[in-house]
Amino acid sequence: MEITLTHYLVLSTILFSIGLIGVMRRKNLLMLFFATEILLNSVNIGMAAISHYRGDYTGQMFAFFIIAIAASEVAVGLGLLIVWYKRTGKIDLDLMTSMKG
Amino acid sequence: MEIYLYIALFAPLAGSLFAALFGASPKTMLTGVMTSGLLFTSFISSTILLNYVLSGHTVHVEMMTWIATGDLYIPFGFVVDQVSVVMMMVVTIVSTVVHVYSVGYMDHDKGFNRFFSYLSAFVFSMMVLVMSDNFLGLFIGWEGVGLCSWLLIGFWYHKESATWAANEAFIMNRIADLAMLIGIFMLYWNLGSLQYDVVFANIATLPMHIITWIGIFLFIGAMGKSAQFPLHTWLADAMEGPTPVSALIHAATMVTAGVYLVVRANPIYDLIPNVGLFIASLGAFVALFAASMALVNRDMKRIIAYSTLSQLGYMFVAAGLGAYWVALFHLMAHAFFKALLFLGAGNVMHAMHDELDPFKMGGLRKVMKGTFIMMTLASVALAGIYPFAGFFSKDLILEVGFVEHHYIIYSVLLFTAMLTAFYSFRLVALIFHGEERYKLFGIHPHEAYKFMLVAMSPLLLLAMIAGSFKSTYYQLVTGLLPATHYHVHNVAIYWTMTIGTQLLVIAAIAFAYKKYVSFNSVPDGTSRMENSFIYQLLSNQYYIPKIYDEVFSKPYLQLSKFAWKQIDLKIVDATVDAIANAVYKTGEKTHTMQSGNLSSMLRWMVIGLIVLLVLAVAFTAGYNAVNLRAM
Amino acid sequence: MFEAVAFYLFAALTLVMFTITVMTSQALYALTAMAAGMIFISAFFFILGADFLGAIQIIVYTGAVMALYAFGMMFFDTTRRVVEKRTNPRFIIVLGAISAVLVALIVLAPIVTNNLNAYYPIDPSVGNTQAIGMVLFTKYLVPFELAAVMLLVAMIAGIVLAGKKMDKSLTLMAEEEIALLHASNVTSSTEEAH
Repeated sequence: MEITLTHYLVLSTILFSIGLIGVMRRKNLLMLFFATEILLNSVNIGMAAISHYRGDYTGQMFAFFIIAIAASEVAVGLGLLIVWYKRTGKIDLDLMTSMKG
Repeated sequence: MEIYLYIALFAPLAGSLFAALFGASPKTMLTGVMTSGLLFTSFISSTILLNYVLSGHTVHVEMMTWIATGDLYIPFGFVVDQVSVVMMMVVTIVSTVVHVYSVGYMDHDKGFNRFFSYLSAFVFSMMVLVMSDNFLGLFIGWEGVGLCSWLLIGFWYHKESATWAANEAFIMNRIADLAMLIGIFMLYWNLGSLQYDVVFANIATLPMHIITWIGIFLFIGAMGKSAQFPLHTWLADAMEGPTPVSALIHAATMVTAGVYLVVRANPIYDLIPNVGLFIASLGAFVALFAASMALVNRDMKRIIAYSTLSQLGYMFVAAGLGAYWVALFHLMAHAFFKALLFLGAGNVMHAMHDELDPFKMGGLRKVMKGTFIMMTLASVALAGIYPFAGFFSKDLILEVGFVEHHYIIYSVLLFTAMLTAFYSFRLVALIFHGEERYKLFGIHPHEAYKFMLVAMSPLLLLAMIAGSFKSTYYQLVTGLLPATHYHVHNVAIYWTMTIGTQLLVIAAIAFAYKKYVSFNSVPDGTSRMENSFIYQLLSNQYYIPKIYDEVFSKPYLQLSKFAWKQIDLKIVDATVDAIANAVYKTGEKTHTMQSGNLSSMLRWMVIGLIVLLVLAVAFTAGYNAVNLRAM
Repeated sequence: MFEAVAFYLFAALTLVMFTITVMTSQALYALTAMAAGMIFISAFFFILGADFLGAIQIIVYTGAVMALYAFGMMFFDTTRRVVEKRTNPRFIIVLGAISAVLVALIVLAPIVTNNLNAYYPIDPSVGNTQAIGMVLFTKYLVPFELAAVMLLVAMIAGIVLAGKKMDKSLTLMAEEEIALLHASNVTSSTEEAH
């Protein structure tokens, strides 16, 4: 059967919602970062699919830059996480409530 | 000539404003002297104007425009014609005397300056009332005197009885003023103007029932101000105010404003003789009614107040029967001797340390000679003995009743004249003759200040000689008012009437003297007379204040309480509180969103995302549906 | 037909892997499943003819990013079981499901286009890598340079945040101070040894 753009977009949607569930569910900060990666990847699939079915390189370019950004984000995020861990010894989300109110 | 008009009108206002500057300060003699001086200036101006009007002219000015919108044009206009100049003279003479008297009477009072401010403000309002040339200006003056009366009755505002009496006076006046306003509205609606000359020229063109209603409504307003039945209870209670106030307001000026209104609107009342007959009948009834209550009263000022009420009834009889110049004449004469009576009573009160029960006085003529002479002569004038002023005015009214063939009214008034003589001299006898019962209470009376007696003397003079002005007065006033001569054609009947009236009055005086001169104890409520039904009825003012209290005041209080507790607190306040509460509760609930917990914030983000997606799907679907349908 | 088979196979695998990532309570399983999922996503890129993208996905994502996460796991000592307080799991899954349904509704609608012109049309005669290179270094040059700067900044940030004794600069200190530093280091380490 013919795989159309719609198939890829639906797949992207489902992956995105899985990522959303992970983001909402996880209390450990490291696991939270994993779920964020899933979100970004689902978008990448969508971009590449559109690029293919539209005959345009723009989608792939976007996917590139998303990968680059994701990488730098991970670097900085983990760095901050290390600092926090050195200070408090825990990376549980429920204990980080200094922004309350 | 206009300058004198303005001086006469605004001098009291200037005095009032001047005294108001010192309102909160302790007593300064300057306020009393200044206001009295300014009032004297007003009196001089009024005299000059009187002279001018006597030679046949009138003064009419329009000071400035007040309301000019669309078809409605009402100016601040003033007119000095025959009627208003008579009123101006009465008002200024009595006010000047009362001002000078008050300098001595209010000598030890803390609110000295405030008193003069209010008193002069009252005189200014009264002048506006009598000098105005349209009905709305009259109404302004009307309300002004009502306000000043409230201020002055409740002058000693710490006394609850005084504030209650002030409120009662004001509220009763207000009820009547509503009717008067309706009358004024009807005048404007039908005639398009409120100026006296325009109204009186065109009033005859209206249909009869409209004129009747206008007359009735205006008279109801007069009823409130002049305390006719059933709006009469405030006048007796108004004696809570200082005695000069009673002399000025509740004897000579404010209560006569109602009579002035009827006299001024005589073209209207000439067209509706039925209403006039009703006015006269009501006046006769009030005369008898008030005199009966004065017979047994044990409060000196109240007796004199009921006497005023009774005489107002006389004035309305004259006005109702169409004898407007007679009513005005009695108004003038009455003002003089009644004010004199009140001022004398003030002297007695001061001497007896504010004791009001005449049974607790007695034999004061030995100590207070001047006051004794003045009060006795004033009472003689009131009783209507020849040749004092009362004879000319009161007997004239009796003649009017007789000539117009209203014999019932005539007999009622005759009987009331006897009662008037009786209770006036009952008062004089109890206070000044007989045993000195005040010694039982340890009071040491003394005469008032010399200058107060000097101030009262012009009134005494006028009370004695005012009757001789009758012909000049008649010439003057009939320039404006209808000039009807009231003659009893049969000479024999005339002399029988006159002599008979005098004899009856003298007999009543003698009876009063005999009964009350030899009282040597204070009645304490246990004698058979005091417990008889009629005595109780009269003493409690026919229980009318009680009836008003039960029928009007108490249910209204209940209604107010209900409105307050059920409606205001439970509905209005509750609604406002509910709104505030809703906002507060919403804040409290949404406060939990800001917990600082990243996980819950992410959940909220997803919920927001879902809301936006729903909106996007709905919009797109709607948009497509509309477009596709259009295609 | 091959395309359909490949698509469904890899789709199923990706979904399973990612579900494990978000649902499991063991951190090591989550990491492994994540890495696997990345690889399977690169398969999609190859199916779609984006060869360069697929290779980059494997190198950068699976290689670098996952390695970074593995390092993080070692640092935080989360090889043990991750203990998390569960609050309302059903609510979360409902929310995710609703959002999935909504977005799927949007993408399932028929796509209407009026003469959309491609910005950089795909030329099938040129290889994908070559074409990407041409577009990247001509049309997307400025974003490329900016991304490079950003990566540099991220690298420095990572070093500064994570490194020890980053407050002293050896190049700016004089010889004697460095010698003092060495001496204090030796003494402190010998103390620690005892």
